[in-house]
Amino acid sequence: MTGAVDITLLVNGKTYTGRAEPRVTLADFLRDELRLTGTHLGCEHGACGACTVLMDGRTVRSCLLFAVQAQGHDLATVEGLAPAGGAEGLHPLQEAFHRMHALQCGFCTPGFLMSAYELLQSNPRPTEEEVRTWLSGNLCRCTGYQNIVEAVLAAAAEPEPEAHQ
Amino acid sequence: MKPAPFSYFAPRSLHEAVGLLVEHGDAAKVLAGGQSLVPMMAFRLAMPDVLVDLGGVGELEHSRVEGDTLVLGAMTRHRAVQDMGWLRTRCPLIVEGVELIGHPAIRNRGTVGGSLAHADPAAEWPAILLALDGEVDAVGPNGNRTIRAADLFQTYFTTALAPDEILTEVRLPLPDGAPTGSAFVEMARRHGDFAVAGVGTQISLHPNGTIVDARLALIGVADRPVRAGSAEAALRGHGPTEEVFAEAASVAIGEIEPSSDLHGSSDYRRHVAGVLVRRALTIAARRAAAA
Amino acid sequence: MTTRLFGEPVARKEDGRFLTGRGRYTADFEPHAAHAAFVRSDLAHARITGIDTAAAGEVPGVLGVFTWTDLDGEVAERLPLLVPSDALVNPRTQHALARDEVCYAGEVVAMVVARDRYAAEDAAERILVEYEPLPPVVDLETAASPGAPTAHADMQDNLAGRVSEEHGDVDRALTAAPHVFGWRFVMERSAAMPLETRAVVARYDQTEDRLLIHDSTQAPTGVRFGLAMLFGMDTDRVHVVAPDVGGGFGQKVIQFYPEEVLVPWAARRLGVPVKWVEDRRENFIGSNQERGQIHDVRVGVDDEGRILGLEDRFLHDTGAYCSYGLILPIITAAQLPGPYRLENYRYELRSVFTNTVPTSPYRGAGRPHAAFVMERVIEKVAGELGLDSLDVRRRNFIQPDQFPYHVGVTFQDGGPTVYDSGDYERGLDALLAELDVERTRTELADWRRTGRTVGLGVAGYVEGTGIGPYEGASVSIDPDGTVSVATAHGTQGQAHETVFAQIAADELGTPLEGVRVTTGDTRRLGFGVGTYASRTAVVAGNAVLRAAQEVRRQAASVAARILEVAPEDVVFQDGSVHVAGAPDRRIPLGRLAMASNPTRYAFGRDAEEGARLSQLAYAGGDRPLPEGSRPGLAAVEYYSPTSGVFGFGFHGAVVEVDPETGEVRVLRYVVHHDSGRVINPMVVEGQIHGGVAQGIGGALYERIAYGPEGQVQNASFMDFLLVSAAEMPRIEQVHTETPSPNNPLGIKGVGEAGTIPVSAAIANALSDALGVPVDRMPVMPEDVLALVRAAE
Repeated sequence: MTGAVDITLLVNGKTYTGRAEPRVTLADFLRDELRLTGTHLGCEHGACGACTVLMDGRTVRSCLLFAVQAQGHDLATVEGLAPAGGAEGLHPLQEAFHRMHALQCGFCTPGFLMSAYELLQSNPRPTEEEVRTWLSGNLCRCTGYQNIVEAVLAAAAEPEPEAHQ
Repeated sequence: MKPAPFSYFAPRSLHEAVGLLVEHGDAAKVLAGGQSLVPMMAFRLAMPDVLVDLGGVGELEHSRVEGDTLVLGAMTRHRAVQDMGWLRTRCPLIVEGVELIGHPAIRNRGTVGGSLAHADPAAEWPAILLALDGEVDAVGPNGNRTIRAADLFQTYFTTALAPDEILTEVRLPLPDGAPTGSAFVEMARRHGDFAVAGVGTQISLHPNGTIVDARLALIGVADRPVRAGSAEAALRGHGPTEEVFAEAASVAIGEIEPSSDLHGSSDYRRHVAGVLVRRALTIAARRAAAA
Repeated sequence: MTTRLFGEPVARKEDGRFLTGRGRYTADFEPHAAHAAFVRSDLAHARITGIDTAAAGEVPGVLGVFTWTDLDGEVAERLPLLVPSDALVNPRTQHALARDEVCYAGEVVAMVVARDRYAAEDAAERILVEYEPLPPVVDLETAASPGAPTAHADMQDNLAGRVSEEHGDVDRALTAAPHVFGWRFVMERSAAMPLETRAVVARYDQTEDRLLIHDSTQAPTGVRFGLAMLFGMDTDRVHVVAPDVGGGFGQKVIQFYPEEVLVPWAARRLGVPVKWVEDRRENFIGSNQERGQIHDVRVGVDDEGRILGLEDRFLHDTGAYCSYGLILPIITAAQLPGPYRLENYRYELRSVFTNTVPTSPYRGAGRPHAAFVMERVIEKVAGELGLDSLDVRRRNFIQPDQFPYHVGVTFQDGGPTVYDSGDYERGLDALLAELDVERTRTELADWRRTGRTVGLGVAGYVEGTGIGPYEGASVSIDPDGTVSVATAHGTQGQAHETVFAQIAADELGTPLEGVRVTTGDTRRLGFGVGTYASRTAVVAGNAVLRAAQEVRRQAASVAARILEVAPEDVVFQDGSVHVAGAPDRRIPLGRLAMASNPTRYAFGRDAEEGARLSQLAYAGGDRPLPEGSRPGLAAVEYYSPTSGVFGFGFHGAVVEVDPETGEVRVLRYVVHHDSGRVINPMVVEGQIHGGVAQGIGGALYERIAYGPEGQVQNASFMDFLLVSAAEMPRIEQVHTETPSPNNPLGIKGVGEAGTIPVSAAIANALSDALGVPVDRMPVMPEDVLALVRAAE
């Protein structure tokens, strides 16, 4: 089918339904159909990492996945990172990014947060080099990465956070 | 940068998938992890009319060890291989190669079979398969067949697979017996970039310390991954010394035909390949000696 | 007074929304808008002989297909020349849609509007453009040579403009100099690459004849005035908002890019909201680039390395058009002397057309080239004479007692280049102390003995920042006591919401949370210039100070009336005013704001004060609004500096080369920086981090590669290599503060400082490591390997 199809996605613990052609990327579907615009598009060819979201707990480039492919999986976006998905509280990573001035224009920030989240899930006490290597798939044009790396290390030094769901 | 329209099919079985390929012929393209295909579709460099997504074909997602062979279903994600802790000591060539593929999010989606079938001459999996003398299984309308690594890669982005065949399984013989060491080294412009040149190697030592078996697979230096057979021959029967490795490197760079691009001229790639052959052999020899 | 916020590393007010996915970038507005896509020339130079749009019109969902013949009125004319100059001999700008000739690969030829971007791209692909190819000229030096093909068919040569100036007598100085050297320096094309591409959304309200545009621009005010003129609309019917902008670095300061005209034009024409979000491929071929200069320098020095005279003849690649005039090369020429006394200095610049993407400022804006040339000259002079280059720097420094210092050539604003303040010796000393230079040199010598190829490089710069013409600020106090600050320029991550709040909060005695800052919304403030040239903190910051001071004066006057004391006895603290020495005689700012607006009606509980005051005034036979006062606590003030203010700094790099592959690793990167007084040190350090990353990218990774036919060959993030966290070294920083005497806050700009001397420092370090000169930037591993071999 090239025409629009119904697509049901589980995002941040909530079920959403929309319609889109099979060619619509997960990133576009999240942004345009579900109005979850925290996921950004910086290159649309899988190189910048701004569109990084979690699928079944693992990071994926949402520009390299069609929305139809994400059905039946458990998705998480930056909007769901804070505890209980609320607007008030911040996840320890978000707090550390704030405290350490790890963001400037903010455009790449959601992707970095999701990547760093997966890193700390799989490696709760990374070294600086491990953080730099892990985050090398996320591009930032403002910060020179230094404070992002500092923030991830600072968040890693804190007690284990509650997961997003 | 939005893909052109296509019809999307998500078969639940291999049988169904092959049926779709037969039905749609050249118009169809197999979607595995999508980490190479989807960017090409975004640039509209690839505009398949039909996408057959293997994501729902459960029988392609298995991995096991059979005797001394690592068996990977075609839809095994790079990340799954990277997470096989035991493999890091048993055959570092594989894990080191896999870790050089892109970035975490790419490795979470990209698949072994997808990488082999895509046959990018600078990709790591083809070199791993070649270096280990592995083989793949493919299924098509006429049933199953096995393709040896040496026969799989033909030229840029082209394999021996027919358009209606699906790569289903990869078998990688793991080292056994003699003390063996392996390594995968490459030079890329940035961490995670495709290699300017790369080398996967495995060498085994005789109890007297000489090399009894050597494999060298080079990437980024020809229209396909290259086994440097003459360099391997130059290693066999010799001690793992700097001079021998240097000689092997100079033989190896005669076996490749790099092309020029933005990240390196043909001469530069050839030179770097020689340097990397030497470095990879040095690491592998050290590991073999310690094995 | 509450604890002073100026100078404190307070965490940013704007972070919350960005961290939780609630930032609002241009692409996030108007979710149901139609989308535009563009057909761009794939040839660098050609005549258009025909365009067939029939098939495109048949694609489902297409609302309109447009070519130049569809444009009307002013929109059909060439786009405005942004920075006019008498020295421009060929002031050529492009049409919004190419008329009959395309002059770079990427130039917009046709526009499609469809229900979504997918459909718009489907249609764009079906537009057939027939071209008659013309010979392209791509290489800068070739373009400047006699008899070269011309980038524009109707021109005799490729000269866009030429400027020359002389300070002192260079010929005499060079004739008399004991040593004269001649060298060539080359810097290649690069680009800004903000993570958010450009984007425009336009909504036209036919009933009210109003146009509202969201634009990822650094200069919303200019876009607004310009569009109003182009469309023949009243200015107050056009508004432009630059919402959250995902980085700009100069690329988004152009008014206009074709799409910024075409998208609003199409919204008016079609009567539906229209959105265009540039994709990355378009950004590589349709958004301006920079760098690209070739310098031929002659320098005369004495035996101690004192520069007696310097001549620089250079070429600047302006690309296919020159809407930014000659500003870039003029900045290079004016800033070339850096921290050094050049008593005899002459330059001759030629800005040259090529069939490539147009150029305009990218972070550093002509200054990285200047620092590269000057600092390589210093290093090479030292090398030729067997001197320590640090000594050569010191011998040539402008001294602290020589400020204000007249460089002797014209600044980018048209006035003389006059440095306001500086202490270069102190800056260099601070860098060397942070670097622990003696230990570093010993360490490098030890490493070299073990066979490592390592080197140390130092480079300095002076950056003219905070230029005019002006910027404004509106400050008012809301009924709830919130101090509302608005400026007109756009923000792209520079923490304006925080630093302006720091300034206003200090002045009005409120906590930081009590201030709300809006930037880049012409509905709030219509007059302003834009965010560029490291100017916003300086120019808008001082405007905020003025407006806050005026509101403070008003508030003190109203409070004095209510509290029956002299205005001088009113203390501003913790969001309230109180009588000096009597903190219990207090009025919260919100109530004071209501009280300052004497009303007939108490339209809310807090408004009672105003109504009561009004009645009291009449009862006492007074005017509710005393002569000379205005209702409310609100002011709009502007600040217009006389000239720029000049920051400076010195960078030190330790690099290691892999002599077998030519790969370069930056082992240490140390920054000294002085931008006068600092509003928020955390923000300043962050600006430096980002600037250095772009500098290291520009030195070792990033280059726009044109093929011989003029196509960008690396138009993707796979092939244009933005540095990642894995390539970046940890940056060490040390700061000095030499306040500017030219503005009340004593501040200077910092936005571009981090980038400017990086190529120079890396080149000097590589030259030190390899023992051969590195006079071309960027250098990729293969280039470095060639240098290694040259050294052998």
